[in-house]
Amino acid sequence: MQLTGAEIVIRCLQEENVEFVFGYPGGAVLNIYDEIFKQDKFKHVLVRHEQAATHAADAYARATGKVGVALVTSGPGATNAVTGIATAYMDSIPMVVLSGQVPTPSIGMDAFQEVDMVGITRPCVKHNFLVKDINELASTIKKAFYIAASGRPGPVVVDIPKDVTAHVAEFAYPQEVHLRSYNPVFKGHSGQIKKALKLLLEARRPFVYAGGGVVLGDAAELLTTLTRRLNLPITNTLMGLGGYPATDRQFVGMPGMHGTLEANMAMQECDVLLAVGARFDDRVIGNPAHFGQNPRTIIHIDVDPSSISKRVKVDVPIVGEVKSVLAEMLHLLDEGEKPNNAEPLKAWWQKIEEWRSKSCLKYAMSDTVIKPQYVVEKLWEVTKGDAFVTSDVGQHQMWAAQYYKFDKPRRWLNSGGLGTMGVGLPYAMGAQFAFPDAQVACITGEGSIQMNIQELSTCKQFHLPIKVILLNNRYLGMVRQWQEFFYENRYSESYMDSLPDFVKLAESYGHVGMSITKPGDVESALKEAFGAKNKNRLVFMDFITDPKENVFPMVPNGKGLSEIILAEDL
Amino acid sequence: MRHIVSLLMENEAGALSRVAGLFSARGYNIESLTVAPTEDETLSRMTIVTSGSEEVIEQIVKQLNKLVDVVKLLDLSDGRHIERELMLVKVRATGAYREEMKRMSDIFRGRIIDVDGGSYTIELTGSGSKLDAFLEAIDKNAILETVRTGASGIGRGDRILKV
Repeated sequence: MQLTGAEIVIRCLQEENVEFVFGYPGGAVLNIYDEIFKQDKFKHVLVRHEQAATHAADAYARATGKVGVALVTSGPGATNAVTGIATAYMDSIPMVVLSGQVPTPSIGMDAFQEVDMVGITRPCVKHNFLVKDINELASTIKKAFYIAASGRPGPVVVDIPKDVTAHVAEFAYPQEVHLRSYNPVFKGHSGQIKKALKLLLEARRPFVYAGGGVVLGDAAELLTTLTRRLNLPITNTLMGLGGYPATDRQFVGMPGMHGTLEANMAMQECDVLLAVGARFDDRVIGNPAHFGQNPRTIIHIDVDPSSISKRVKVDVPIVGEVKSVLAEMLHLLDEGEKPNNAEPLKAWWQKIEEWRSKSCLKYAMSDTVIKPQYVVEKLWEVTKGDAFVTSDVGQHQMWAAQYYKFDKPRRWLNSGGLGTMGVGLPYAMGAQFAFPDAQVACITGEGSIQMNIQELSTCKQFHLPIKVILLNNRYLGMVRQWQEFFYENRYSESYMDSLPDFVKLAESYGHVGMSITKPGDVESALKEAFGAKNKNRLVFMDFITDPKENVFPMVPNGKGLSEIILAEDL
Repeated sequence: MRHIVSLLMENEAGALSRVAGLFSARGYNIESLTVAPTEDETLSRMTIVTSGSEEVIEQIVKQLNKLVDVVKLLDLSDGRHIERELMLVKVRATGAYREEMKRMSDIFRGRIIDVDGGSYTIELTGSGSKLDAFLEAIDKNAILETVRTGASGIGRGDRILKV
């Protein structure tokens, strides 16, 4: 069948069972948009800024596990999308971004709205393509989806010149992809897996450190089963929250810079560390030299060999899909004797309970000013711990991670690696599109929300009943906190002056606005926002919170995990 | 430590920049890089000379393997190998230099490939250190211009890098 390039693009997206395309039209993609107009197999979501298109596509992928799709025009449309692409890259999110390009004869001529998209995105994509020949369009898009979703996932950019979308070619969508240069590993090495299990069974102070790879690899259930059967204490990183139920006794909270005392101390003092889909990030282990002071045997399961022994030397590397490796471990356990290590681990668990008894997340309540932690705790209660929660970046992000206890994977959507302010609202959009009947809460700050606030318009157009939980402390709180601790209270440019009236702003976009200033009103306001009356409305909740509240515990930058500071230490 | 890494990659536009970009983005050293198509025109072969601790080299190899365009890779320094580099040197060939340069070229088994009234262009191949030695051996003032390809390497015997 002879089709134009634009028709081929549409057919490819349909073949991939794409539900949503988040995008913004422009000159170079007009042919594609004309074909979008004529079809109804997938829904196009018109965002208000291309950054939000990539963020929303990214969130759709995080929430569903499917590949997110964004479509932007050439030049500024493409560059606006880059922050979203880099955000997805750092967190290994499967995404395909189609960008328009000037016609092939104009490439390199400094044409109107021309930018070297392949060049600009090269360091922040898993792979990218420039399609110069219409005969390669369908196979390239097929490859893009395959590369994005397989192995360690990531964003893939397909740059399509305008003339290619107008040319005509025979269309046939390839059923399979074979790339001689790209063969992701599936199964882990059996010998290594046996060795790892033996080490875990013989350990006296074992600890599980599970990251985003568990969530992305859909291995939460297997990890939970293994952890429970072996009676292991477990931590989930910021990216891994929900990988193990946070309300379970064996869960010791998040590790790292703002992790719990018990998680950080256990990371430091364990004798066998099982790292699963995690990458020993600087925000997680602090100073690697300090981390290395304690002798421990490290087992590391990861689909990406380059994640292994990158920052910390690993003793038992297992390259493979987390899911398949954990399944094999469980299978080995089924075959062997039923392990009972309650007695051998008793002393270790006692130690952990000792650390836990410090209640490192407790904070001083106030009758007069709203504590941000309290808002998150109440949000957890009101939503019964079952909402999709997105956040932006900063203090509110850490409070969300610490106080909203995620029991399920893919419920917590945030920019862990790149730390992109402005993701919160578009992330909520992506999640709400994927799950129209679910509760979606965007926990944000007055700094972050203003970085993509124009998306309130998109939310209006598509009737997205997102609840925005603005923890408004009138400061770029995390910047202010560092300035207080490390810059002698010189609050350089961290005060958020001239804020809008967020209630009126929300109302002007056709949403419900609420201002909450008293601690006593927090719970009732949340109940109202999530209640039947506002079921189909976006509610923007402006919580005026304590401007001086800090995030604790804290492992200062460059320090070791056991050099953790608790609120009570100050 | 110095390592010489050979790799086969898809002969596609932009493939070279992915490798070069990786080295600059991650702060890896790069001493030289040569690339050209192979007898299979869909493949390019690249030789990279780099240096770093064992940990850094391990990461370089892993990161290179991770590039979607890289088909196969071999760290030649892991085993027996040969490496060669080509250099073209344009030297002064006036007065006493005319005889001297011819003689030095012969000693280093070079070939004079261009002659004019005032200069010779000498072609030399060998290991990098041999080329260095030649430049050391001749009078600095006689050197008009040099161009070097960077090292190309190949494994000895049955160490073969092929798809």
